[in-house]
Parts: sequence; structure tokens; C-alpha cells
Amino acid sequence: MNAVNSHITPDGRTIGAPIMEMKNITLRFGGVVAIKDISFDIKEGEIRAIIGPNGAGKSSMLNVINGFYHPQEGEVHFRGKKRKSLKPHQIAKQGIARTFQNIALFKGMSTLDNIMTGRLTHMKAGLLSQTLWWGNAQREEVENREVVEKVIDFLEIQTIRKTPVGRLPYGLQKRVELGRALAAEPKLLLLDEPMAGMNVEEKEDMSRFILDVNDEFGTTIALIEHDMGVVMDIADRVVVMDYGKKIGDGTPQEVRSNQNVIDAYLGVAHD
Amino acid sequence: MLYREAGDFKTTYAKDQQTFPIAFDRRGYFLTLIIAFLVVPFLVNDYWLNAILLPFLIYSIAAMGLNILTGYCGQVSLGSGGFMAVGAYASYKLMTSFPDLNMIIVVLLSGGITALVGGLFGLPSLRIKGFYLAVVTLAAQFFLVWLFNKVPWFYNYSASGQISAPEREILGYAVTGANVLPWVSYLFCLSFVFVLAWGARNLTRGANGRKWMAIRDMDIAAEIIGVDPLKTKLTAFAVSSFYIGVAGALLFSVYLGAVEVGEAFGISKSFLILFMVIIGGLGSIFGSFAGAAFMVLMPVLLKNIMVGQFGWAIDLAAHFEFVIVGGLIVFFLIVEPHGFAQLWSIAKEKLRLWPFPH
Amino acid sequence: MSANFYYGVEVFLNGLMTGVMYSLVALGFVLIFKASGIFNYAQGVMALFAALTLVGFQNGQIPFAHLINAIFGTDLHHFGWQMPTFLAIFFTLLVMILFAYIVEKYVLQHLVNQEPIILFMATIGLAYFMEGFGDLMWGSDVKKMDVGIPQGGNLWLEESTAFLGGEDFFGFYVDNLDIWAAIFAAILVTSLVMFSQYTKTGRALRAVADDHQAALSVGISLRTIWVIVWSISGFVALVAGIMWGSKSGVQFSLSLIALKALPVLMLGGFTSIPGAIIGGLIVGVGEKMFEFLIGAPFLGGATENWFAYMLALLFLVFRPQGLFGEKIIERV
Repeated sequence: MNAVNSHITPDGRTIGAPIMEMKNITLRFGGVVAIKDISFDIKEGEIRAIIGPNGAGKSSMLNVINGFYHPQEGEVHFRGKKRKSLKPHQIAKQGIARTFQNIALFKGMSTLDNIMTGRLTHMKAGLLSQTLWWGNAQREEVENREVVEKVIDFLEIQTIRKTPVGRLPYGLQKRVELGRALAAEPKLLLLDEPMAGMNVEEKEDMSRFILDVNDEFGTTIALIEHDMGVVMDIADRVVVMDYGKKIGDGTPQEVRSNQNVIDAYLGVAHD
Repeated sequence: MLYREAGDFKTTYAKDQQTFPIAFDRRGYFLTLIIAFLVVPFLVNDYWLNAILLPFLIYSIAAMGLNILTGYCGQVSLGSGGFMAVGAYASYKLMTSFPDLNMIIVVLLSGGITALVGGLFGLPSLRIKGFYLAVVTLAAQFFLVWLFNKVPWFYNYSASGQISAPEREILGYAVTGANVLPWVSYLFCLSFVFVLAWGARNLTRGANGRKWMAIRDMDIAAEIIGVDPLKTKLTAFAVSSFYIGVAGALLFSVYLGAVEVGEAFGISKSFLILFMVIIGGLGSIFGSFAGAAFMVLMPVLLKNIMVGQFGWAIDLAAHFEFVIVGGLIVFFLIVEPHGFAQLWSIAKEKLRLWPFPH
Repeated sequence: MSANFYYGVEVFLNGLMTGVMYSLVALGFVLIFKASGIFNYAQGVMALFAALTLVGFQNGQIPFAHLINAIFGTDLHHFGWQMPTFLAIFFTLLVMILFAYIVEKYVLQHLVNQEPIILFMATIGLAYFMEGFGDLMWGSDVKKMDVGIPQGGNLWLEESTAFLGGEDFFGFYVDNLDIWAAIFAAILVTSLVMFSQYTKTGRALRAVADDHQAALSVGISLRTIWVIVWSISGFVALVAGIMWGSKSGVQFSLSLIALKALPVLMLGGFTSIPGAIIGGLIVGVGEKMFEFLIGAPFLGGATENWFAYMLALLFLVFRPQGLFGEKIIERV
């Protein structure tokens, strides 16, 4: 990391050079333009929020970052290098993990197994070793289980370790999903509306987990969130999108006083 | 008070990850093994062997195979009959081309060949999903049966178009052909069942099993967290086909002895194995055994009652079998989509609390 | 033009006719799939069951005669009457409606909100049940179906086209039955389209197909709709059963045409009535032409067994959404 580019926040976290840079991204579905010529970056160690009204293209943006959608124009630079057109599972292996707006847990599996799937990118034992449950396979199971147990402790979900996730209440499912992403020990963590549908108490819990992840592990986080209060409290910098375009970018204070942003949120007519 | 896990503490993760984490289950498992390997061989006779034991053992392997694909990886296949045919014809060609080849190797190689064929037909699964894929597997079913029917090389140009297994020995005991002792063929199949069930359990409880289940439960999310869908699905197709191929090889060489492809490996065989998996329990190794046992025992039982006791015609009993199997499938899907395996674990859950239900 | 060319044309024509038959079965699938999202594997067995029932009524067979005889030692078989065809068709329709009601009440109602694949497997169970039940009710012997549709080659077509070829060519051979089947299929499709466009029930049907929840919220009873749809596809099954039964006898293999309808649907799409028809024609023509041009001369014949499935496989690999479906955009 380039020391010149890094700085230390008032609460003592180190924010470094950009880990992810989006350059002039345009994404179309047929004739519909979902994202139009957007550029922004995410710096190492920061919490970066993407906000905007419904249909602004926020989720599409996350999908571009983790390679689920491929933009027609523009470049994605990850850790200083231009990223080629990769499949989502290859991008996951590079160290990008995410959660989903509508919970996407594996319903037939227990909490433990769901979080263990987050470790799959770290497990390399061959099929034969796994069939025999011998050597690499068994060693990996135990090693990765230790990592997963740390995540379980961190998220305070020890009691539901062996419960099938389908039986868990909504708030806990969201937490397990966060756990699955954390277990991957990602370089960049994407959170798609981590607090959607939660009550105030659950939101506070989730905010705390997000801040702790960032603080304790130094994980870079990019999140989409509707609750402006939460975003302004936890984000270091905010990108504002509206109708697929970027209308604001900066610290929460800067964004709050941006006239375009105010117009978009108060619903001033587009002309 | 018989079934307890209290006081059964795990001190390492390895112990928590074992196949039967509850001591009582472990004891039951070893007891079953002892009976199966050391007691049954002394009791087995021709009737029990041919009516129940051999078909049960062989179909258990096929059901495990399909369960890996459908129950664990979520890819529905209606091609099991065709893949069993691949195993059967592969074993026939191997047995006749290399007469000195050990039967164990013949059976394993047949499974391997079936795995290749299965992987090939699994390729479209990357793009085709759900019951679209189920219909596509019908292509495998009908094409393979047609192939073994039409290309004489596969049945060594025999006039009848049938294949029949020559006699082969292991350690001086015949395992195929006309002079097989009941306990020999029983132990031969049982050994395969034991090893393959153990392998299936290992494959499904670790990283590989999680990949399969992730694809089954939500394929897009699985891909985004780093599961390669093509590789994972192909592994499932290949492993599943290996099991089904081994079952086909055993069914032909050890159990039936002679086979006509359309009759033995037609579409109804595919459905039979699918039913075993549904009734036994999708996504459960134990369920594969339960389903196979049920589908093998039920016709025998019905026949004994209706033909033996009531003196009805055989075809009448056969019609009833259809009605009962069909009714049970619907019943199970309504009441318990996870089959016997789920009923069993609910029963255990109850037992754990018994006699204090709360 | 050589005689071979005209044989090719004849094969093509016959393929079209077979395709119409496939379309008939596929149509029943589409109706149920549109209204309830269920892929009804039992459609073929429904055709078999309808045909069995029709023949049973016509010949005055006593239902469950074998079973009653086996239990009570009696020797029942026939009532001893011959029922007029139209009356038999009417009673068969009543049976199919009753069947639809029973399926809704005892199966579908309990499987609401299950995954499509579970529903699909349930209909496989239903198919097995019906097959055994039909055999118990009417016996499993092959029966002859005769409802008065003319059969045999169409002489007019043969004579009027004989001049085309050389000395070895005697005109196009097309079975009268196939021609009638095509006519019936056309009438059936037209009336189904009219029904769904111009009647209140039809509109309700389309509403349910578009959005279950929305339909429920404006007061359309899902249960009634399901009974109606299953009744209609029971009727379609009856027509298909009559055609196939007249052609090749009423027997078990009739239920296997359902399997053939599956690739038809994959080509045409599960929700499109025109798709079902065009898909059926493509499969019918495709398998006959493939057998004529490649299968019989080079591959040993009987390629009709698998051609349709392979076609669907290859087609789907390149166009997973079918002929008429829109490109699928996946979301997370």
C-alpha cells in the first residue's frame, strides 16, 4: 500500500488507496439503460455506501462489481489491475463476498453448513481425498471449522449452530448471511440492503456488526442502504445514484448538502 | 430413556463431524454391519437372495447414485435406466474382451465408463434447469437404449440381441454365471454397497456436499459465493453415474445373468429408481436404503398377499401395485416431501424426549 | 422429379399429421401449466384413461369386473348393451370432470406453494395411480376403438397425385384418420381460443395464469379455476385418446405419447398454445424426415425413439427459453 495515499480517520482506522475503481461503467438490458457512465472508487478499509431511490441501479452496480452482470462499456479495476471479464465464482475467489437484498441462504442446510459454504473458496482437497475422508479433506474440514466458529462467536449465533436456516426468524437469517460472507475473509465485502425489513433494535445490532467487521478485521465494505440515518452514521463516503446516473459523491456531510441529491430525494420533477 | 445424546460431549471438531455423532446411532450401525456381514451369509438361501436381498442391495446403490444427483445437487434425472444400461454393457464388454480381469475391477471400470457418459449428458445442465433438464435426460435414456439395441458390437453380434454374463471367479468362488453360491453373490454385492455408501456419506458431508447442496438450494447465490456451477454439476453427474453404472453392472452380471436392454433398462427402471429416492428421502443416504427396501419389498408383499393368500391373478396384483405406488408417491409428497428419512428423524426426535414430551 | 423426392414429400405430410397428434397432447399440458404452473406428467395417462373409459362405456363393460370376480368369485364382464358413441362420450366427459374435481380436492389443494419440481413428481405419482386404476377398472387387454371416424388411406389424395411421380409412384398416402385428427385439432384450438377470449370464465383463466395473487384478490376462486382447467384438459385428453386409440388401439403405450409431448413443449414453450402446435409439427416432421433421410438408411432405424429428445436437448442448449420465450434476465 502506498503510504502517501493512506490516511487515518478520527476514530483511528486506516484508509488506504482505492481497492476497487469503476471507470465509466455503462450497463444496458436490451434498450434499457440501468447504469449510465458511472465512475467511483472504493478505498481500502473504508465503508462506502451507495444510495438512491428505488430503481436507481444500485443493485445492478453491486452485480457489476461481483461480476454477475457484465457492463457494455467501462472498466473495473480491482487492487490496481484491470479486471478481465470473469465469471462470478472466479471473482469470489479473488476475495469479493456479498450478501443479498432478498436473503439467499441455502434453505436445506444448517446455519453451520451455510457459513461453511463461505469457506469453499479456501478449500482445495480433491475428490478422492474427500471420498476417503482422509488427508487434506479432513484437515481442511477441521481448520475451516475453526474459522467458522470464530465467525459464529463474533455474530453471537452459537445457539442456532445446527438449526436449519429455513426455521430461523428473518433478522437471524440476515445475520447468518453476513456470517457466510465474513467466513470467506473477503478483501471487499458487498452488502445489499443489510437492514431492509428490520426493526430499530435489529438495525442497531446490524450496524454494530458492520462497524465491528470494518474496525476489527479492517475489511473494506460497500453497502446499499435505504435508511438514510444509518448510512449517514456509518459510511465514510457515499455515492448517490438516480436513474442510473451518479448525482453525488462524497462524505455524508457533502452529500447531504448537495442540491441534486436533495432534489432526487424530495422528488423534484426531472426536466 | 433409551435414545439419548445427553452426556455425549464432543471435544474436537473432528468428533463433531463424524457420520454418527450420537453414540446410540453408532452402536446400531455397527450392529447392523455385524449382522449383515457375519450372520446373514450363513442364513441366506436362493429365495431370499433373489427375491429380496440382491435387488435390495443393487437398487440401494442405484438409489444412492440418483440421490446424489437429485437429492443433493437438485438435478432431476429420468435417465437412470439408460445409465444402468451403460454399466451393464460396459461390464459385458470388459468381461468378454478381458476374460482374466478381476470382477471387482470390471465392476469399478464399468462405473467409471458410466461416469464419463453421465458427465457428457450432464454438460447441458449448465444452461438447462429444472424439469427442462429432466426432459433432456430422457434423451439419454432413449438414445442409450436404442444404441445398445441397434449396434451389434455392444452385444457381441449375438443372434438374440441379448447379453449374458460368463462365469467369473474371485478367490476360487464363482460370482457370476450359473454356479454361484447364494452367500458369495450376497457378500460380493454387500461389499460394494458398504464401500460405496461410506464414500457417498463422505462426499456429501464435507466441502463437496456443501457445493452440491448450495447449487441445489440456490444456484445463483452459490455461484456468487465462489462455487463453479459447471464443475460442481458435472461432478454430481459423474459421481452419480458411477454409482448407477456399478448398480447396472451388478444387476446384469450378478443378479440377472442375461439381459435384453429395452426390457431391463427401459424408462420404467428410471422411474423405479426415482420413486425409491422420493419415497426414501431426497438428500439422505439412509433414505436411499429405505426407499430401495420399500420398493423391493412392497411388490413381494403384495404378491404374497393377493396371489398367495387371496388367489388373485398376477396381473390384478400388478395393477394394484401401480395404484399403491402412485398413491404413496402423492401421499408422501403431500405429507412429507423428505420421505422415510424425515419420518425416521422425527421419530428419533420424539424418542429423544420420551417419556417426557416437553 | 424422382419418385424418391415424392416419397420424401409423403413422409413430410405424414410427419405433419403425426405432429398434429403430438400437438393435441401438448395442448393439454399447456392449459394446465398456464393456469396452475403444474407440469402435468399424467396428461398422457389421462388420454389413456379417457380412451379406456370411452370404450368401456361403448361396449357396456362392467367397471372393476376383474376385481369383483376375484373377490366374490363371480363371473361378471359386460352389461350386455352397446352404448351410442355420443352418449358414451358424454359419460366419459362426466368421468373426466369428476376426476378433475377429485384431483383438485385430494392432491392439488394440499400441494399449493410447493416447488414446481415437487408438483411434477406428484403428477408422476398420479400417472402411476391412474394407470393402475384404469387397468383395474377396465382390464389391461388391448382394446379396439371405433367411434366412426373413417380410416385407411385417402383415395382421393392418392389418385389425384399419382401422376406426379414415375411408374413406381402411386400418389401420396395419407390416412383419413390423420386428416380428421388435424381437423378436430383445428376446431379444438379455435374453440379454446374463443373460450379464453370471449367468456367470463376464460378471462378468469387468463387472469389466474398471469398472476395467482392478483386473481385471488379480485375474487376469482383458484379452486374452481383449477377444476375447470383440469376438466378442459381432461376433454383434450379425451380427444387425443380417441385419435391415438383409433390409430393404434387402446393400450398402455398410449400413455407414452405424453413423454413425446415433453420435447414438443420444450421447443414451443410451456405457456404458448401456438407454440405447442408448432412444436408438435416440428417434432412430427423432424422425426419422420430424420428417420427417412438418415435413420433408416444409415443408423439401423427406430430413431423416432430418441430424435425428439435430442432435438430438444440441442435446441435448449442454444436457446434455453424455447422458440417463443423471451430472453431470461437473471436477478439476485
